[in-house]
Order: sequence, then structure tokens, then C-alpha cells
Amino acid sequence: MTPTVFSPTGIRFENIDKRYGGLYALRRVSLEISAGECVVFAGRNGSGKTTLLRIAARLARPSSGTVSFLNGGEDKGGTLPPAGFVAHATMVYDELTAEENLLLFARLQGIPEPAARAETLLREVGLVDRRNSQVRTFSRGMRQRVAIARALLNEPAVVLLDEPTTGLDTEGASWFAQTLRHLRDSGRTLLMSLHGESEVSTLATRAIRLDAGAVVADTLTGASFRSILAFANA
Amino acid sequence: MALLSNTAVLLGKELRTEFRSRELLTTTVVFILTIVVLFSFTFDPSVSDSRRFGPGLLWLAFLFAASLMLQPCFLREQNNDTLSALRLSVNDPFAIFLAKLVANTLFLLFTQVLLLPVFSILYNVPVLAAFPQLVLVMFMGSLGLSVTGTALSAISAQARMRELLLPLLLLPLLTPVLIASTEATAALLVPNPALRWDWLGFLLAFDVVFLTALWLFGEYLLEE
Repeated sequence: MTPTVFSPTGIRFENIDKRYGGLYALRRVSLEISAGECVVFAGRNGSGKTTLLRIAARLARPSSGTVSFLNGGEDKGGTLPPAGFVAHATMVYDELTAEENLLLFARLQGIPEPAARAETLLREVGLVDRRNSQVRTFSRGMRQRVAIARALLNEPAVVLLDEPTTGLDTEGASWFAQTLRHLRDSGRTLLMSLHGESEVSTLATRAIRLDAGAVVADTLTGASFRSILAFANA
Repeated sequence: MALLSNTAVLLGKELRTEFRSRELLTTTVVFILTIVVLFSFTFDPSVSDSRRFGPGLLWLAFLFAASLMLQPCFLREQNNDTLSALRLSVNDPFAIFLAKLVANTLFLLFTQVLLLPVFSILYNVPVLAAFPQLVLVMFMGSLGLSVTGTALSAISAQARMRELLLPLLLLPLLTPVLIASTEATAALLVPNPALRWDWLGFLLAFDVVFLTALWLFGEYLLEE
């Protein structure tokens, strides 16, 4: 990946509740993620992993509580560029080519020289030869490469990944893990939820387990760290 | 300025994806043509009959075509969760609505202009004398259908019974637009055509009110 110009950013979740009617998706979640951490969220289906990531991306509004981005120890609120978001759904248009998709989102985000940025990212994700092919003709792994290129358009300091390796074959998952390693080593903060066996979990520097919308374990090292990662891989 | 540039970029995307898939235009054009042709054979109307019920028939066909066209407007953003990507990328979510409603208005207007000669031939009603005025009325009516329909499409796309919900909400809400558009069209199909400014004013007021409501509250329609 290209050397980047972002400044290291952390995230603080304070007393986050999220209710859908009477159902609690998240209950009083408070976490502080430091800049440069690579955090894996593990938990059963419906434990609140996706909701927490979507709240961090500002795609969902918490019922109560606040999310803030910390830059150099200072709370920057919503003034920083939005976090990059990669999910199981590719979040790109099948009818457009890989390049058209990147150009579309680059122009919407007001990125200077969108064509050059799109080309750089297509080269980095290994799709420059297929830049003019419609995404509908791509394999699952290639679609996910377009998805990660889209998420990195604005050089985000924080990248949120919601079960990004679901449906990828071994080769695809391996490429994804390699890409995330680059992102982590470049100082970006990574928050990801995982489901199913994946070598991506080996990148984690911190593991958090959610159950029924609440944080039940949060650890950096040791046996419980390994057990949470094992749970994520189960 | 960001709103306008984002809208222009998104409108380009709407047009490009539609002209590549031809999903909406094909369905709508075929549907409208079928209705108009079928009714002309069933009733075999005289010129005076056509002038009396032709405008109503036209706008009823446009309404059904619009509901067909508007249904997938936000639904297809859900296939790959592209709506989330758009929300993460634009400063003002109104740009998403604005691009969609401009695209829907253009698609509807395109189908209407395509239909007018067919209607004129099958129903023996000359439309050339008042063609520019007819296009103006159709534009105002289409804008009314699109503004309301785009907002309701965003609501219904997140609902469980989405296929049923859109027409259920759309049809009663659009009754005033249909009445105004039908009356304004009828006044242009008579031997001495005249623009009915009262009905045009009504359409303009309807469009402005719903556009303002969409601008103020549209953001909440996109929230999870």
C-alpha cells in the first residue's frame, strides 16, 4: 500500500445503547480504542458486533451515548474524514466497472485528482487490468478487492470491517489478511468483526467479546485473548 | 455547491446504470403502450370521447408506470448495501434524493413524450398545436409524481411488506397531482388549447411543499 498522510486516530464509545423498539442491540457499551490498535470483535449472531461497527461508521445513530474520534489525544468529534467501511456486502455497483465505481465515490468525497487516486488503488488491489470490466463479472474475491479500494479512497485513519472475509476462498482470505497487515503496520486503527475461520484474526492486537449487546471480555494478551480469537474463528 | 456537484455525479450514475440495464425504462414504456393501445381498441373512441376521457387515461397510465418505476429506486441500492456507501460519501443526504428524483422525472418525461404521438394517432387527438405546453404540464406532473414517489420509495424499501406499501401510500397522496395534471392536460387537448395557470400553480405549490419536506426530513428516511 502507498505511504499515507492520515494522522493516527482512536475511537471512544461512551455508554452506547442501541434499541430497536423494545429490543436492545447494544447495552451500555463503553470502550476506548487507541490509535493503531487492531481490534477483533467476536460473538454469536445478534451479539451487536455489526451494530457497533455501523455506529462507529455513523451509519446508525445510537439510542443513547456518544462516539468520538481521538486524534493526538484530542476529541475531534465528526471533523475527521469518515472511517473506511468494508462489510460482507460489497457496497459497490454491479452495473458499473471497477474504475467507474471508484471514480464515483472519489468524486462524491471530493478527493482531488480522482482518476489518479482510482488508478493507484486499482493497481494496489491488483485489478488494474480489469478496470474496465463491470463488477458483475467479478468473482467474490475480486469484488471484495474493489470494496477495500473504495473504503481506502479518502485515506481513512480508521478502517471498520464487518465480517469482510465471509465467502472468500483461501487465496482471497490470504490476500485480504496481507492487505490488512499492511494497513495495520501503516498505523491505521482497525476494528473488525469476524465469523468463521480466518487468518485475519492473527493480526489482532486486542480481542473483545460481545454477548447480548454487552462487552463480556476485553483483553490484549494471554489465554482469554486466544479463547476469544478461537471463538471468532469458530 | 457540494450539494449540486454531488447531485450531478449521482445523476450521472443513475443514468448510466439505467441505460446499461434498461430495467426501468423498458418495463415502463411497454406497460404504458399496452394500456393505451388496449383502451383504444376496447372503446374505439370518437374525437370528443378522446378529449373527454383521454387525459384521465393518460395520467392513470403514467401513475401506474411511475409506481412501477419508483419501486426499485431505493430497493436496488439494498442489493449490495450501496446506500450505505453513498451515505458515507456525501455531505448532504439530500443529494441522494435529488439525483434520484431528477432521474425519475427524466425517465417519466421520456416515456410520456414517447407516448404522446401514439396517443394522438390512436385516439385521433391532435397534440402538435399545444406540444410545448403539454410537455410543461407533463414535466410539472412528473415532478410531483417523482418527488412524492422517491420519498415513499425510501420509506417502503426498509419496510417488510415493501411491494404493497409503496402503492398503498402513493396512490392517495398523489390524487391532487393527478387531478391537477388531468385538468391541465384536458385544457390543452380541446380545439382552442389554453394553459390552465391555476392548475399549474397548484402543481408548482405541491412540488415545492414536498421538495422542501424532503430537504428538511430526507436524512431521517435513510437512517437505520
